[in-house]
Amino acid sequence: MKRLATVAVLSMLGISGAFPAADAIAQRRALMHDDGIAAKKLFDMAKGTVPFNLAVVQASLKTLATGAEKTPLLFPDDSKTGGGTAALPAIWENKADFDARFAKFNKDVAEAIAKTKDEASFKAIAPQVFENCSGCHERYKAKSN
Amino acid sequence: MKRLSFILVSLLLASGALLWWVSSPKARFSSLEWRSLGISGDPTRGSRMFFAGGCDSCHATPGQSDPLRLGGGLELQTPFGSFYPPNISSDRVDGIGSWREVDLANALLSGVSPQGQHYYPAFPYTSYQRMKPSDVADLFAFLRTLPPVQGRPPVHHLSFPFSVRRAVGLWKLLFFDNSGLAPDPEQSPEWKLGRYLVEGSGHCEECHTPRNFLGATKQALKLGGAPVLDGRGNAPNLTAAGLADWTKADIVEALTSGFTPDGDVLGGGMTSVVRNLARLPQSDREAIAAYIKSLPPIGGPVRRNP
Repeated sequence: MKRLATVAVLSMLGISGAFPAADAIAQRRALMHDDGIAAKKLFDMAKGTVPFNLAVVQASLKTLATGAEKTPLLFPDDSKTGGGTAALPAIWENKADFDARFAKFNKDVAEAIAKTKDEASFKAIAPQVFENCSGCHERYKAKSN
Repeated sequence: MKRLSFILVSLLLASGALLWWVSSPKARFSSLEWRSLGISGDPTRGSRMFFAGGCDSCHATPGQSDPLRLGGGLELQTPFGSFYPPNISSDRVDGIGSWREVDLANALLSGVSPQGQHYYPAFPYTSYQRMKPSDVADLFAFLRTLPPVQGRPPVHHLSFPFSVRRAVGLWKLLFFDNSGLAPDPEQSPEWKLGRYLVEGSGHCEECHTPRNFLGATKQALKLGGAPVLDGRGNAPNLTAAGLADWTKADIVEALTSGFTPDGDVLGGGMTSVVRNLARLPQSDREAIAAYIKSLPPIGGPVRRNP
């Protein structure tokens, strides 16, 4: 009887969607993590500390594009805390600005993908992509380790 | 009974007078002493001190992006209440346009106002006290060139007893050594410059060091990382315990572009720090990195706020 009750409660929770918040946090953290790896590669090549590789640049830009598209959808109202999230309440207080910044980021990455044919064209467009980062991180991410 | 109450009242008055006396503001320089230093400030050199000190991060008028419009008023939320940094523009009525050089010196180096009152250590004179008088004179010359901004911000909203400004004098007795920068050990000129910038105008320890219940930094844990006072995250451990995986070049890069070795970007309050440090010569950022990289390990990584 007890087991039946436990199963019933858990399934109801599952159906009611009590866990998606934790899911959204995990997903967006994973996307941001991938963004970081891709950004590091792009950054090193833009600076010239790593030899330029067009295939790696294009692949990294595509990772950023995926992030720019999917991440803003992963901030439902019930995902403000827990799961190690660094998201600040300011996101939900300024959702329009938050989404607009992602839209601009997406646009800049798309432009970079279209215009990058070689090292010179990449280095020309790279700053435009990079300057998006601090705008959100300053306002919307908790300072962390 | 009457004699007892007489004795008690006298004791109360005497201890009150004693507290009043020991808490009195002590400015480092009289105007005569300052004049006898014989320094004259240069505004171009002063702009370097302005951006190294990050004055605009607290004193720039909020809601606009010009770092040289210093109308004050940005709310700083702390466990003691809210502080509102004053107008430090060149306006003669609402700003510091009527100040003399010695007034700025005593504010930065002693935490004392031209009216002879204590400043709250939310104004980080605990770090600025390590600045050289010549750098203060340069900063003064630069501040004078900035535009006047009218209007005064609100007064601080602090809870009792922190609202008693005179009590800062007692706080200073406990926590403000007013000794300036300790003598340099045998190190390279680059390291010494880095130390001066980090411990003086850079005032890095004010965010990156844990504080006790009276809001004073715990010097034994200096730069070991701390929760940010307004509750929004953590300022990381900058000693070897926190930055073991970072090279000096990584630190220079982070301070120049904001990008970290793992592809993240410095956010929160560090964004304005990076913007300001970008205005300094590269050699200053190299010096800061050299000093930071040399810090022996203190504590461990600060846990993120959940």
